[in-house]
Amino acid sequence: MAATVTAPPLKPYPVIPILEVGAMGKTKTFPANAPMQQALGFPGELVEDWHDKAIFKLGELLGKYRSLKVYLDACVHCGACTDKCHYFLGTGDPKNMPVARQDLLRKVYRRHFTWSGKWFPKLVGAEDLTKEVLDDWYSYFNQCSECRRCSVFCPYGIDTAEITMAAREIMDSIGLGAKYTNEIIGKVHKVGNNLGLPGPALADTLSSIEEDLKEETGLDIRLPVDEKGAEVLLVTPSADFFAEPHVYSLMGYAKVFHAAGISWTLSTHASEAGNFGLFIGNYGQMQKIATRVREGILDLGAKRLVVGECGHAWRVAYNFWNTLIGPFDFLDPNYPVPQHICELTYDLIQRGAISFDKSANDRYVVTFHDSCNVARASRMGGMPGGQFEIPRAIVRAVANKFVEMNPETIREKTFCCGGGGGLLTDDLLDLRVKGALPRMEALQAVVESDGVNFMATICAICKAQFSKVLPYYKFNMSMVGGVHQLVGNAIRLGPK
Amino acid sequence: MTPATVFFALLLYAAALLGAAGLVWRIRDYARTPAPLKIPTTPAPTTTGGVVLRMLREVTLFESLFRANLWIWLFGWMFHVALALVLARHLRYFTQPVWFWVEWIQPFGMYGGLAMVAGLAALWARRFLVERIRYISTPSDHLMLALLLGIGISGLSMKFLAHTDIIAVKEFALGLILFDWQPLPVHPGLFVHLFLVAVLIAIFPYSKLLHAPGVFFSPGRNQSDNPREQRHLAPWAAALDKAKV
Ligand code: SF4
Ligand code: SF4
Repeated sequence: MAATVTAPPLKPYPVIPILEVGAMGKTKTFPANAPMQQALGFPGELVEDWHDKAIFKLGELLGKYRSLKVYLDACVHCGACTDKCHYFLGTGDPKNMPVARQDLLRKVYRRHFTWSGKWFPKLVGAEDLTKEVLDDWYSYFNQCSECRRCSVFCPYGIDTAEITMAAREIMDSIGLGAKYTNEIIGKVHKVGNNLGLPGPALADTLSSIEEDLKEETGLDIRLPVDEKGAEVLLVTPSADFFAEPHVYSLMGYAKVFHAAGISWTLSTHASEAGNFGLFIGNYGQMQKIATRVREGILDLGAKRLVVGECGHAWRVAYNFWNTLIGPFDFLDPNYPVPQHICELTYDLIQRGAISFDKSANDRYVVTFHDSCNVARASRMGGMPGGQFEIPRAIVRAVANKFVEMNPETIREKTFCCGGGGGLLTDDLLDLRVKGALPRMEALQAVVESDGVNFMATICAICKAQFSKVLPYYKFNMSMVGGVHQLVGNAIRLGPK
Repeated sequence: MTPATVFFALLLYAAALLGAAGLVWRIRDYARTPAPLKIPTTPAPTTTGGVVLRMLREVTLFESLFRANLWIWLFGWMFHVALALVLARHLRYFTQPVWFWVEWIQPFGMYGGLAMVAGLAALWARRFLVERIRYISTPSDHLMLALLLGIGISGLSMKFLAHTDIIAVKEFALGLILFDWQPLPVHPGLFVHLFLVAVLIAIFPYSKLLHAPGVFFSPGRNQSDNPREQRHLAPWAAALDKAKV
């Protein structure tokens, strides 16, 4: 695989690219090997009768998911979504237009499950599932970050993410999984988190962070783990434990708990908020991963369940946990279950329980990048749109200088960082760099107009992705960081 | 009874049967297929009332499309509103006495016919002119527009070029409903019009026209945003739960 990574030039205003047919057809994420596949109960390699098995699986999914059935039927090819995907905007490959991506599955659906496709395949664009079509599936369904931007604009709410998930589920079932996602899911089952960090190593890491905090503040700010009887169990993406800039947000959470006097703990058993089961569209895997959280909180006896900064994890937690591992009738009913760390911090700010020295962030001109899964697949607080207002309110409370990016690129219209949906792997770096283009253009504009030098976000994937791709666009990689990194800089600690 | 009368009567019955049966089958299928997870596109309303409003805005104003692309919205909305007007205008062929509001909208319905054809023509032009839309268009996308345009133009031709005996047409239409067939006037424009309408009705549930019922079943739009407050559990997911305990 050619490992050339090229960043498209940043334009002063967005331009819809000319089609470049086949530009990304050869870009394929590494496939999972047999042991990785088998660990999740999938066939180790492409099965003999893959065609029939795939069609059978598609039929099964059509019976299980109304979304899939309706979305495959309802598209009128109006084209409203064609210029909405960051991967299309960054690559120009027409198969990265949301509707064209859907059509890769839709044409097979039409051929096998509709009357018109059986009798008049040419007329309605129905096609058999050939090896070439399967190749296209593997390329392009692994070039969708399931960010749902297209679904915002579709007149029927057709969500390409649902179609991508179904396609990945079908491919897994015939032995064609992606290495990045499936290897990580295996690690969670075995060790408990995406990084494969075992309990003792986690405890070590945490105590060294405690030392750093002591050095910085002179205070004993704790990062408790597996402490029975703590009020709050915090479940956070494992990247927070030692990736940069993630760890600064973890320190931020610890300072918030410390300043507010809330007893809390992490869990070695539930040491991962991320849930890659979502990315591969597999209900069983998603439930199995989430179950660790239920077991963790039952074991530790905490009364509140709080989730750290992570986009897709918050989607799974907010939208699916109650379904997958609920009900949570054993937790404190005075707090939402689960609660986002931003909701918790915001609530404390509202009550005056924590306060800030905003000048501590004066070296920053801050902007906020809405993460797709938070923006379009979840909520915070009591009002629709709280997922936009609450993090911004926190940033404004802790920093003096805050600037919004182009309104067409924030809130529910936000652009994916380019690394979501199980694509945050080096073998897709070229795609990731190109997919970041729309966000980089919006960032460039505020860098020039307002001198923005910090892009805050609340997603572990966004943070990792931007740290990696910012330099390709000649930005400093440390421009990205968490909201709680800023909180941690400004929060007043010690006796009030 | 002329052969044309018999032919069109039978054709329209067959089309109605095919269309209605298909539609019932499709809608039942949608309704029975579970939606196991909460997946509304947020920000989404938190209450059922809010969802009803969102859906109303979506199907009357095409809110999402408006935000996506003004041109597609303009032509698409114009076509659909015009179509609705034209359909309402056609009620005069099926009601006796004609309802007062149907009477009232007759002149608007005529402009509707023109706007409908204009909207369709613009939508079709996009399929040739815009590279991205040309790429995704299938033959059936073109044919569907041709069919609708054919219906519109043949209909308008009876208004502006060669009138037909609309009293007789109305008797034919009422006769169909009452199973008391009346002769259909011989008129080429009318024949074309009725034939194309029959085709449209027949293929409705077997084509992309399914977007009409489909939008109401779209989980992205019809679910309320309350997963923390209310546990959402589809039957097959609940069965998984039980199997585990
Ligand atoms: S979900 Fe996001 S990545 Fe996937 S097709 Fe839609 S816009 Fe593109
Ligand atoms: S916006 Fe929706 S209906 Fe239009 S082409 Fe895209 S997926 Fe199809």
